[in-house]
Amino acid sequence: MKFNLTGPFLAGLAKVVAGSSVRWVDCHPDTCQRIYFANHTSHIDAVIIWASLPKPVRDLTKPVAAKDYWNKGWFRRYLARSLNAMLIDRENIKVHRSPVDSMLKEIGDKYSAIIFPEGSRNDGTTLRDFKSGLFYLAKKRPDLELVPVYVDNMTRILPKGEYLPVPLLSRVIFGPPIWLENGEPKTEFLARARESVIRLREM
Amino acid sequence: MDFLQISFSVLAQTPLPVKQSAFLLDGATGILLGVVISCLLIATGAGQILRRQPDSSVNPAIVQAFIRRVRAWWLMTAILAVTFMIPSPLATVFLFFLISFWALREFITLTPTRLGDHRTLFWVFFALTPAQYVLVAMGQSQYELFSILIPVYGFLFVAARIAVAGDYKRFLERIAKIQAGLYICVYSLSYAPALLYLKGWTDPQYEQTSTAGLLFYFLLIAQLSDLLQYVCSRLLGRNVIAPNINASRTWEGFLAGTGVTAVVGAMLSLTGATPFNPWQSAVMSIIIAIMGAAGSLAMSAIKRDRGVQDYGTLVEGHAGVLDRIDALCFAAPVFFHLTRYYFTTAGG
Repeated sequence: MKFNLTGPFLAGLAKVVAGSSVRWVDCHPDTCQRIYFANHTSHIDAVIIWASLPKPVRDLTKPVAAKDYWNKGWFRRYLARSLNAMLIDRENIKVHRSPVDSMLKEIGDKYSAIIFPEGSRNDGTTLRDFKSGLFYLAKKRPDLELVPVYVDNMTRILPKGEYLPVPLLSRVIFGPPIWLENGEPKTEFLARARESVIRLREM
Repeated sequence: MDFLQISFSVLAQTPLPVKQSAFLLDGATGILLGVVISCLLIATGAGQILRRQPDSSVNPAIVQAFIRRVRAWWLMTAILAVTFMIPSPLATVFLFFLISFWALREFITLTPTRLGDHRTLFWVFFALTPAQYVLVAMGQSQYELFSILIPVYGFLFVAARIAVAGDYKRFLERIAKIQAGLYICVYSLSYAPALLYLKGWTDPQYEQTSTAGLLFYFLLIAQLSDLLQYVCSRLLGRNVIAPNINASRTWEGFLAGTGVTAVVGAMLSLTGATPFNPWQSAVMSIIIAIMGAAGSLAMSAIKRDRGVQDYGTLVEGHAGVLDRIDALCFAAPVFFHLTRYYFTTAGG
């Protein structure tokens, strides 16, 4: 692995700004291959979740980000690289290059990924319905642990459309992993996954 | 126990009060620190003995709470002692800035704000809060601006900036919340480190002593009165002051605790760390105790309204910074002003 100082620095900075406390509920940090799926309320969600992981786990975890946004300009590209991010093409989707396929190719049999199945940021009060990517990931790689993550209070720290953060306290809660049941239909699975994130809110 | 060795060696080496001593920690403050450390040692010992009792009449949850509290005091004493050893009050001012900043983030996290408040909050955190502490660090020359920055400019700014953001829902309520947070967590608390900069004492003897003793005395009395009121409430409490806010705070505990605090305060004045004689010190202790109780009660009321146990429930269960400093916030400005008016030439 390349020598990377920006990554730990960004992780530290994000933790200080967002004053985040981390909880693991019926789940422990592990280097096994996982998909962390979380509610999406702010630009810095991915950084915060990534920073909440212990260093050895963090080194093996790639936040998924949109290529059209993070490939613009050297600075964004540099940030994305420091954060170990994998950039997924949202625009040129072809039959044999679906986002799910490229994601699976990137993580191989070593890395974990952080994804936001809502597709875009919610308004901080309710979760949007999950897009189907999570289902196809689970179907193609049934061995991956799907870990729900709830990020609390990030909308207030850096809401949509704002670029200056307000340093309130946030929480990152990791929940017990779920798997796709045999023959479970797509909509039911996605609803169950969404439910598993919402349940963490009450913790 | 490294810290103990350091502080004791400092005690031994520090010369008696010299004008312009290199350290903030001089002889009198040293004695005070010694007293505090002895008390903490006794408290730690008592906690350990209570915990080892196989089947005592004391509720283990209370013992746990006591031990945790003692640990927090050790930490506070250690931090203060270290900042006192740095030859400038700036370290202490910076420490209080960090405490204010953290307390304010707990306060605002707990009270709901709307999207329209975002930019206002940004300025509150990153401009008004640091500015207040910069003014503290500039000392008594900036007293005027220091004492009005937040209540005059800050409060008007908050109202105006939220109006500019264009969201009128619960407008008055939102202004009040941000102003209250700023007032309690930043403005009031900043009076504690401001004690370090008081000068022009009416008592020429005290002019020789560093004001670190005064700050230390204030923190000690505030924390002690909080503890004594709690203990006395447990022992002889009957009439609860406000059952819906805090079920364990009683009138008896309040009066008895304040009384004992006054006696301790009178005795502490004998160390020479403050400009007060014993009876003045007793009166000051009573005022700190009353303001401390008022602060704790007021902050509990906010917590009850938001339905949380501690400000720290947001962070891993243990009590938050605000739970530790609620008494200080209300007592600091009053103590500062009374000291300034009656014991320095600047105020009189």
